[in-house]
Amino acid sequence: MSALPTRDGLAATGSDNALELRGVSRLFGALAALSDITLSVRPGERRAVLGSNGAGKTTLFNCITGDFAPSGGVIRFFGEDVTAFPPQERIRRGLRRTYQISSLFAGLSVIDNVYLACRGVSRNRFSLRRPRRDDTLSQAAQNLVEAVHLTPVKDRLVGELAYGQQRQLEIALALSGAPRFILFDEPAAGLSPTERRDLVHILTSLPAHIGYIIIEHDMDVALRVVESVTMMHNGRIFKEGRPEEIESDPEVQELYLGGAHG
Amino acid sequence: MAIAEPRPVTYSGRPREGLGELLARQGTAFWVVVALLLVMPAILNPFWLVQILAYSLILGMVALSLMFLGGYGGIVSLVQMTVAAFAAYLVAIFGDSAIAQISLKWPWWTAVPVAIVLATLFGTLSGALSVRTEGIYTIMITLAIASAFYYLCLQNYTIFNGFSGFNGVVPPVFLGVDWGETIPFYYLTLVCAALAYWAVVYCSRAPFGLALQGTRDNPRRMAALGFDVVAHRIAAYTFASVIAAFAGVLLVWYQRQVSPGTAGIGPVVDILIIAVVGGLSRPIGPFVGALVYVLLRTFSLDLLTAAGLDGKRYQLVVGAGFLAVVLFSPDGLIGIWRRLRERHRRRSEERAGQMRIGGGQL
Repeated sequence: MSALPTRDGLAATGSDNALELRGVSRLFGALAALSDITLSVRPGERRAVLGSNGAGKTTLFNCITGDFAPSGGVIRFFGEDVTAFPPQERIRRGLRRTYQISSLFAGLSVIDNVYLACRGVSRNRFSLRRPRRDDTLSQAAQNLVEAVHLTPVKDRLVGELAYGQQRQLEIALALSGAPRFILFDEPAAGLSPTERRDLVHILTSLPAHIGYIIIEHDMDVALRVVESVTMMHNGRIFKEGRPEEIESDPEVQELYLGGAHG
Repeated sequence: MAIAEPRPVTYSGRPREGLGELLARQGTAFWVVVALLLVMPAILNPFWLVQILAYSLILGMVALSLMFLGGYGGIVSLVQMTVAAFAAYLVAIFGDSAIAQISLKWPWWTAVPVAIVLATLFGTLSGALSVRTEGIYTIMITLAIASAFYYLCLQNYTIFNGFSGFNGVVPPVFLGVDWGETIPFYYLTLVCAALAYWAVVYCSRAPFGLALQGTRDNPRRMAALGFDVVAHRIAAYTFASVIAAFAGVLLVWYQRQVSPGTAGIGPVVDILIIAVVGGLSRPIGPFVGALVYVLLRTFSLDLLTAAGLDGKRYQLVVGAGFLAVVLFSPDGLIGIWRRLRERHRRRSEERAGQMRIGGGQL
């Protein structure tokens, strides 16, 4: 793990796509959750993946992060073939994700959760030396907690937090270190209208070089924070385009919006 | 799988603190215990000092290594006593014992470090074999390793000297002190136990320990944060095995002998009982559990005979005690202590609150 190339070294592969999937499929027994997905996302591009429940969106995320190995196909991250990499190797290369159902460390405090996220993508993961308050990583953790408005509760156990705060913490974990590409899995699910506005603000104010894919059922959120949309149905991609095109596409409305807007 | 009750920790990078703050932070109870342990030789007779206290501290260290794995890593390893017994055997094999045809008679300052390193290696390898499993499967694999080691000791005569093991293993004379004497031996175990305790407390707040607690709460997310969960768990075994190995060296000096019985299934399970009875959520738990266990083992015979029962049934008392603690307090004896303190605090706050209200009405 120490033989990792530096971030600058990786970024030098300029013309590559941030993320490139070729013919990726994933079978669960006889069920094809993903079949022949081919997708490329430029560095800094922001894209929504839409589709009904069971369309394969979260499975797609799981294949990209390495939580599941794909049954076939190739996944490239900034030009590097990461198909066979375990999750932690992809994360250390700048990929991040959030989970649809908050996936946090309930027994640790907010600040410790974020500190772990910062530590996970830095050196000395096995360090036996306690951090000082002024150490760079502790500082980075404090800043991230501040960025998602959780400073007042930073010493509370995560298990005691309100739902909306846990969702904010999910995002903080995904922003740790130097992310280059983030996968957001339904970040707005269960949030109040105010919290949704905060979320849109956080997403739109991310640094321009950070691209992301967002899975979101709330069109108001999804179409406001992306420049392109991929529609999925039954494990396949069936349409790609700009948000306006997708919104007005009759086929999309038929399938996804149930013709309600038609 | 969160075995231990998580507790809030209000710290992530503490500024340098003065001695006064350090004294205050640990609380009165802690310093009373420290002072008591230090003056024990002036109060207690040699039997209590060595047979009860020193033995409790040694068993407590082995159980502490299990508490570290179980409480912080969610790993229930039954191999910790085996690691200790292996270290004990190695001290007898490399060092001196009454079995002159096997013991290599190395000086203690070579035999002991080599024993600790090899035992740690053994613990790490056992960890590497079992960390990919969870819960009951980890218990099964580590139990299998523990029984394999027991039968190896029992049946191998060329290295482990079979059924009879090694006797006549004596603590060294060093710096003009015979460390086998009652008081030096007591202080030796006390210092080792205190170091092990401090190491676990310190490590639990260091990045390594924090990340280990992360793998306990949510291993999948840890991988999604860039951590190698398997490597982290194996490293936790290494850390725990160092503590268990030190305890093993003290154990062979305490018993003056080591035989397959040291590594038997009984002692292996006893360590689990000690850790659970004491409490897996804090490093002090195993020591409390060990003291209770040693007291029960030592005096239940007298108790049973006094009650007119067969004195050989002391396991019955230990078992009943275990059952009672697990039934009434899933987080062990320290859980009871914590709840009592919590209740006391709440009651005194209530009383203070009522007095305020009463005062307002007057």
